[in-house]
Amino acid sequence: MATVIIPTPLRKFTNNTAKLIINAGNVQDVVNDLSLNFPELKRHLLDENGKIRSFVNVFVGDDDIRDLQQENTSVKEESVISIVPAIAGGVK
Amino acid sequence: MANDTIQFTKEELARYNRHIIIPEFGMEAQKKLKAAKVLVIGSGGLGSPVLLYLAAAGVGTLGIVDFDVVDDSNLQRQVLFGIDEIGKPKVEAAKRRLESLNPHIKINLYNTHINSGNALDIIRDYDVVADGTDNFPTRYLVNDASVLLGKPNVYASIFQFEGQVSVFNYTNAKGELGPNYRDLYPTPPPPGLVPSCAEGGVLGVLPGIVGSLQASEVIKVITGVGETLSGRFFIFDALNFETRTFKIKRNPTNPLNGENPTIKELIDYEQFCGMKAVEKSPMKEITVSELYDMQVNGEPFQLIDVREPHEYDIVNLAGELIPLATIAANADRISRDKKVIVQCKLGGRSAKAIQELEEKFGFTNLYNLKGGIMAYIDELEPEWTRY
Repeated sequence: MATVIIPTPLRKFTNNTAKLIINAGNVQDVVNDLSLNFPELKRHLLDENGKIRSFVNVFVGDDDIRDLQQENTSVKEESVISIVPAIAGGVK
Repeated sequence: MANDTIQFTKEELARYNRHIIIPEFGMEAQKKLKAAKVLVIGSGGLGSPVLLYLAAAGVGTLGIVDFDVVDDSNLQRQVLFGIDEIGKPKVEAAKRRLESLNPHIKINLYNTHINSGNALDIIRDYDVVADGTDNFPTRYLVNDASVLLGKPNVYASIFQFEGQVSVFNYTNAKGELGPNYRDLYPTPPPPGLVPSCAEGGVLGVLPGIVGSLQASEVIKVITGVGETLSGRFFIFDALNFETRTFKIKRNPTNPLNGENPTIKELIDYEQFCGMKAVEKSPMKEITVSELYDMQVNGEPFQLIDVREPHEYDIVNLAGELIPLATIAANADRISRDKKVIVQCKLGGRSAKAIQELEEKFGFTNLYNLKGGIMAYIDELEPEWTRY
């Protein structure tokens, strides 16, 4: 089990849930679980090849998974996984 | 940026007294502020607190870039402006407000769109950039120009209840260069996938909070006091009151300053962000015999029929019926993961549907069925009803 934090722009795809508890051994399990339960979220998270989109960052704890083992980064019970997409507001 | 020639008048010393008496800050840091030139790009929600606090703090030269005029929908969060300024250029309204706050500073105005043609010339004269713009093309433009010119870029961005802050392209006291925006987000989202604040809204006080953090980082970058957010990425969720600070690193594949840089000058950022439909590659097409092969071979694809229901009732290819006029409203029914073949009677309406979906939602997996269902009947199913 790990805690996944869904950012504001993507909460409309998770029934406005900000935190999800997911049974996962690594980041790929988290992504698979989210894709299965929230098909609309999937297209925001993953590209056509099933890879995490380059404008969506995933952090396990404080670390970017790009600096760990990408989707294979292991996830522990107490892990907090943050999904942080690019936002551009300034605001006009 | 320290300068021994910097002097303060008696009025200035009184004004900046609460800075000067902080032991870690003192006269030295205040002199650095006065010597500094900061360019604030965007004088809206984020730019308002950034400019107000930097002017108040005594940054000697402030540049303001904005092409917009004050609108009454701005006043919910853009605290630089009042009702008397509605309809006036933001940069001029900002200057009046800031001069009334601190007459001891210099303010330069750029009442223009920042773009690939003018960005380097505008940014070149400044020591630090504060990016508070509202769209992805300008974010990448400001980032790239800052990296090319070697300027630190204090970044903040907001959406609805959420804010992000970092310091990009900053060289610390040890001479180590920190990451930039392209290390954090190598490519922008396709247009339409991530809504803007104009579409998605923003809590008015959020830019006040996040912009104040941005101003604080600008002051730290200038003075060298404290530890900046370089190499760290801060996010704030006002809704749940949660803050998190992540570690970020330089990416060796960064096309600007990674191991093999490929971007050596500013590019077309509208195109980079997929916003120029006219310059995109021509629409992808598929012939009826190719479609037939896919059907026979059981290849995964989605077939969208954009004709009207009465046409569908006459004859159809068992596609999903989404009439052209409703295509944008039903964009979420269209797959992004497999080939999507869009079809009408002859191929004209399906081409329009594809154009709309690509422009508004950034689809890249759409194929127009050449000749439409009529070609399919002519070539493969001559017994079916024509109309």
